[in-house]
Amino acid sequence: MSNANREAPRPNAGRAGTKKELPEHFKDYRHVWVFIELERGQVHPVSFELLGEGRKLADKLGVALAGIVLGPPGETTQSAVAEAFAYGADLVYIVEAPILVDYRNEPFTKAMTELVDTYKPEILLLGATTLGRDLAGSVATTLKTGLTADCTELDVDADGSLAATRPTFGGSLLCTIYTLNYRPQMATVRPRVMAMPQRADTPIGRVIKHKLSMAEEEIVTKVLGFLPDSQSAKANLAYADVVVAGGLGLGGAENLQLVKDLARAIGAEHGCSRPLVQKGWLSADRQIGQTGKTIRPKLYIAAGISGAIQHRVGVEGADLIVAINTDPKAPIFDFAHLGIVTDAIRFLPALTEAFTRRLSPHSRDKLAS
Amino acid sequence: MHIVVCIKQVPDSAQIRVHPVTNTIMRQGVPTIINPYDLFALEQALSLRDAYGGEVTVLTMGPPMAEDALRKALGYGADRAVLLTDRYFAGSDTLATSFALSQAIAKVGETFGAPDIVFTGKQTIDGDTAQVGPGIAKRLDLLQLTYVAKIPSVDLDAREIKVERRCEGGTQMLKSRLPCLITMLEGTNEIRRGSLEDALCAARSQVLKWSAADAGIDDLTRCGLRGSPTVVKRVFAPTARAEKAALIETAEMTLRDLADELIGAILTRQPALEQELAFNGGA
Ligand SMILES: Cc1cc2nc3c(=O)[nH]c(=O)nc-3n(C[C@H](O)[C@H](O)[C@H](O)COP(=O)(O)OP(=O)(O)OC[C@H]3O[C@@H](n4cnc5c(N)ncnc54)[C@H](O)[C@@H]3O)c2cc1C
Repeated sequence: MSNANREAPRPNAGRAGTKKELPEHFKDYRHVWVFIELERGQVHPVSFELLGEGRKLADKLGVALAGIVLGPPGETTQSAVAEAFAYGADLVYIVEAPILVDYRNEPFTKAMTELVDTYKPEILLLGATTLGRDLAGSVATTLKTGLTADCTELDVDADGSLAATRPTFGGSLLCTIYTLNYRPQMATVRPRVMAMPQRADTPIGRVIKHKLSMAEEEIVTKVLGFLPDSQSAKANLAYADVVVAGGLGLGGAENLQLVKDLARAIGAEHGCSRPLVQKGWLSADRQIGQTGKTIRPKLYIAAGISGAIQHRVGVEGADLIVAINTDPKAPIFDFAHLGIVTDAIRFLPALTEAFTRRLSPHSRDKLAS
Repeated sequence: MHIVVCIKQVPDSAQIRVHPVTNTIMRQGVPTIINPYDLFALEQALSLRDAYGGEVTVLTMGPPMAEDALRKALGYGADRAVLLTDRYFAGSDTLATSFALSQAIAKVGETFGAPDIVFTGKQTIDGDTAQVGPGIAKRLDLLQLTYVAKIPSVDLDAREIKVERRCEGGTQMLKSRLPCLITMLEGTNEIRRGSLEDALCAARSQVLKWSAADAGIDDLTRCGLRGSPTVVKRVFAPTARAEKAALIETAEMTLRDLADELIGAILTRQPALEQELAFNGGA
């Protein structure tokens, strides 16, 4: 969805809104597919989260769940296949070709659309990563089908249609979107929005190989190089178990150190609300929320953050949310589990110290054993 | 060099409120702005034009009032503005939007010269999908370069372009060809203050208003609601959590006691954390 002119909810969506008898050529579209994102040898964890979600959809529909692996011939691609099985895929479609070693839009779009045209999935899910969004947009346009971005909930309704729910208007509302008369039904989901499924130790399933009809000479775009982020910028915020974040309530950039100190003491990642990025206090990959990262930690401590809806949607998956804020009416207390109404600038050092005190005997035990 | 920049007028979503009872968006008095990411695209286009010569055309699809956004863009120094507006476009999803925009870009190309680069922002702040740029690229058969942070060089004679694009864990350096479509990342460049001359020019300039027919779109079934495969079936408010945060009393407690109390409460709720925190912490 998204759109220039779609302004208000339109329950009466006219012709497009009614489900017609599915056109004949779409009738044999079956199975749920999950794109297994592989970039420089690593499967992105969002692919496993999607397999978990895809499993539920496939079971409801009574169809198979397939992983799609596109990569260069060799070990990393093969291990991605094994991982797809371990996380629940019944079968894997694989395209191995040297031209798929680095992500480029042209060969990946070609490979994916060829697969869809040949094997006809009913539902196709991709991670809403930079790669996934780049690919999903051009695949959906090539196939002239619907694509729903950044879903937070996926389900199939009584007549088997995919119901994709996503935030709209900056998270203040949710909307459920259908692709009724086109196939496949496509959706992207951000990392960490869906829970990570259990990994099984029975990585066996059917592998279907597909040969890509494209050669390097046909690809205009060339990769000149790759510059990995420096270690310090490589925050694994989205996947951290414990996150400490600061907001504008910290008053000044220098007080961000208090957040970092606490994070270091408890082995957490640090993050922030959006204004801090806009002020240049922290880099954009530390931002949590709708236009930043979605997190799902076991513990989230928010200091001096008001809890605006755009922030809230990024942290709601946390098991335990602790808010420190001077204003008892701050919206963050509406969704935090534990709250302290106090000055974060004074409280954070005390908390860091108390944690250190409490935890140190254990650390010593650990070191000794 | 001819550059087309697609922009969108969006409500300043920071100021949107939802009606508590009807769950509808209360738009009265909500100011509109140019989608912030599109401004980075516009600035990039203007600086390329300044460096290599040529023209920048800004294009938007929207209601008549979207003309304001185009005037602003002219004020920043764009050379020409086209407003694609027609009731047939109402209700467009990303596929229908990219269809209409791609047709208009083709028409702009026929009328004023084929574009070398088409820019969009990486996404809008209201739709948030990042799908329209790739959609336009596919329909016009342009090379697609998304999440671009920097354009180190353009070689007009060789028709070659180098870009740096953000991806997971780093930056990818790509060499590609013109014409191409680029979606720009945020924060890469600050939009200029238009000159006085630009402002005067903007006030005088015509914003071209094109209907679907003007843009050469004859297949109206591919526009608006009818051309949109996705259908919004239900809009609703997120469920509020039943219980509010358990507040820990702060009066008459030292910071030290307060901190201990909080840690106690955390570990009571999440006992398994104790080992983990101790193990990972730098203590
Ligand atoms: C399109 C769009 C996308 C957005 N995306 C995001 C996003 O991804 N992430 C995000 O976070 N925001 C996002 N925002 C911004 C969001 O709307 C809020 O403006 C932002 O989250 C507020 O940040 P804050 O809570 O740090 O600051 P404020 O709203 O200024 O709140 C500061 C809080 O600190 C408290 N405080 C002040 N002093 C102290 C003290 N000494 N100790 C303790 N507490 C104190 C105050 O009571 C207040 O509650 C987005 C906005 C828009 C329009």
